[in-house]
Amino acid sequence: MFFRPRAEVQGRLHEPGLALHVEDLTVSYHARPVLWDIDLDVPPGVMAAIVGPNGAGKSTLIKAVLELVPKTAGHVRVFGAPYARARKRVAYVPQRSSVDWDFPTTALDVVMMGRYGHLGWLRRPGRETRAQAMAALGQVGMAAYADRQISQLSGGQQQRVFLARALVQEADLYLLDEPMAGVDATTERAIVKLLQGLRDRGRTVVVVHHDLQTVRRYYDWMVILNVRVIAQGPVAEVHTAENLRRAYGGQIALIDAAPEAPAGAGTM
Amino acid sequence: MGLVEILSDHTLQTVAIGAAILGAVSGVLGAFAVLRQQSLMGDALSHAALPGICLGFLWAGSRDLGAILGGALAAGALAALTVMAMTRLTRLKTDAALGSVLSFYFALGIVLLTLIQRQAGAGQAGLEAFLFGQAAAILREDLQVMGVLALASLGAVALLWKEFKLVTFDPVFARTLGLPVVALEAVLTVMVAVAVVIGLQMVGVVLMAAMIVAPAVAARQWVTRLGPMVVISAAIGMGAGVTGALISAMGRGLATGPLVVLAASAAVLVSILLAPGRGVIWDWMKRRAERRALGGQRVLTAIHALAAEHGDPEYPAEQSMLDVYFGGGTAAALDRLEARGAVRRAAHFRTEGVHWVLTPQGQAEAEDILAGGEGDRP
Ligand SMILES: Nc1ncnc2c1ncn2[C@@H]1O[C@H](COP(=O)(O)OP(=O)(O)OP(=O)(O)O)[C@@H](O)[C@H]1O
Ligand SMILES: [Mg+2]
Repeated sequence: MFFRPRAEVQGRLHEPGLALHVEDLTVSYHARPVLWDIDLDVPPGVMAAIVGPNGAGKSTLIKAVLELVPKTAGHVRVFGAPYARARKRVAYVPQRSSVDWDFPTTALDVVMMGRYGHLGWLRRPGRETRAQAMAALGQVGMAAYADRQISQLSGGQQQRVFLARALVQEADLYLLDEPMAGVDATTERAIVKLLQGLRDRGRTVVVVHHDLQTVRRYYDWMVILNVRVIAQGPVAEVHTAENLRRAYGGQIALIDAAPEAPAGAGTM
Repeated sequence: MGLVEILSDHTLQTVAIGAAILGAVSGVLGAFAVLRQQSLMGDALSHAALPGICLGFLWAGSRDLGAILGGALAAGALAALTVMAMTRLTRLKTDAALGSVLSFYFALGIVLLTLIQRQAGAGQAGLEAFLFGQAAAILREDLQVMGVLALASLGAVALLWKEFKLVTFDPVFARTLGLPVVALEAVLTVMVAVAVVIGLQMVGVVLMAAMIVAPAVAARQWVTRLGPMVVISAAIGMGAGVTGALISAMGRGLATGPLVVLAASAAVLVSILLAPGRGVIWDWMKRRAERRALGGQRVLTAIHALAAEHGDPEYPAEQSMLDVYFGGGTAAALDRLEARGAVRRAAHFRTEGVHWVLTPQGQAEAEDILAGGEGDRP
């Protein structure tokens, strides 16, 4: 029940080579902890899934890494540095963007915003930025919609525009909160291919993912979360019926769950 | 007065230039305020200026414009920061915070105003001119002050354009990029207070909010991008300013400020009704055209289906049959189809009545419609 792989994680604590390192992280909303004593390591160059039931704290974990919600305790290192210093190496796609969809801006405009961090103060986006943004729109299959006002896009299309905005950030660590929510099956496969391409070029991709059926196919690393970290490591070791049951309880029927790994091997 | 005399009138020139400056600044800053869903901010800031005006007067001991505008700016900025603090530190929504700040500062201002008036006795301080504005009192020197303030705030917008745009559109993303979101929002808000100060003499605290909101709301109707919106908003603001000044000069002593606001409101009305893409009337006309097109398409495909059923692409469909099938008049739709060459009238060898045959163009169109769907694929 209280199995927590402290010792082994501790061994890697200050390994500077980690893409993401979270230590003793606790986050509370209104004095109610929603993340409890999280220790997490994501090595560089993997494509990692974060899974867990609704309300497990997946979005909160990502927001805490990005310093969008205050931490009650703990600290975070991104490529060995505090987030504030590694900011430019991180791109983020929120689960639900709270922007005003009626804002007078086009899909292309929104994607260009992904370059603002690299441009720095005062410099205006120019032709080069435009070209990069168009290329990213093309990658997510949205090139034809570049000049559409964003309110005239479907939900899945809006999601893809925000993904394109993250792509032009040319980050080393991508934190994507359910980027596949609301996109059709074909697009989902295209997006997964895209993300795997990023990983193959050495980027680290961390994705909050809801479909347990596809985790094995899409990802090579996996974190199971439910307020605490239930298990983390290579998908083959972590994606076990036992681990999933511990995270989801009786909530799901574990159809075609993975063959049982030896006890404990799933965690590291 | 004739138009030429009016245009060469010194006072009018001053008023018109002042109104144009005010219109440009409030148009630009109002665009950001409206998009940040802070339309009420202009209202709160202008009402909050009143106690500042009074305190400035008390401090200077006379109707010294510098002291008065300084007081107005300080009070406005303080009110803006109060609102920001209230929404950040409490769970109050912005509209509630704005509402309470607005009424508190305005009440305070009225109390101070009556105090001053009582003190000054019969020789009024003339402060109530700031309630509704008194454009005629604007001097050439005042234009310089207004111009400097305007240049400063418009310059800031030009320099920090992309930062302001990002903070307005997606503050969370702006934070992940490391932008000082709170500071940028504060600057935007304080600049609205500057616009209010510029407009105090012209329009007065009560109507100033309209100058912040109206040009932006009107401009929003016409565009799909922020840049054009800000430019159009500024143009509408300037246009309203000059129009108000002209009408006031021609009409007998009508107050400029309210006329400027009326002109801006007229721009809003026209935009809400007519703007392509968003205007009410435009929308209505487009929907009607779509309904018609849809009716035409359905008739077209029905004739196509009949033709297919009879294995004869030139099969003449009887109009009364189509009427029965669609439960109503297809005559208008058929006439429109005929007018653009998709169908033609034909005689039927046995039955009376009008019959219709698809032209080759009509057949192609019907097949296009049936092939259907313009979904998107990556
Ligand atoms: N702003 C907030 N204020 C208070 N409680 C919150 C807030 N945001 C989230 N919570 C709570 O924190 C917990 C974790 O939320 P979080 O959004 O991180 O879950 P999640 O794992 O991303 O869920 P989902 O799969 O539904 O996206 C939930 O119990 C939620 O009710
Ligand atoms: Mg979530």
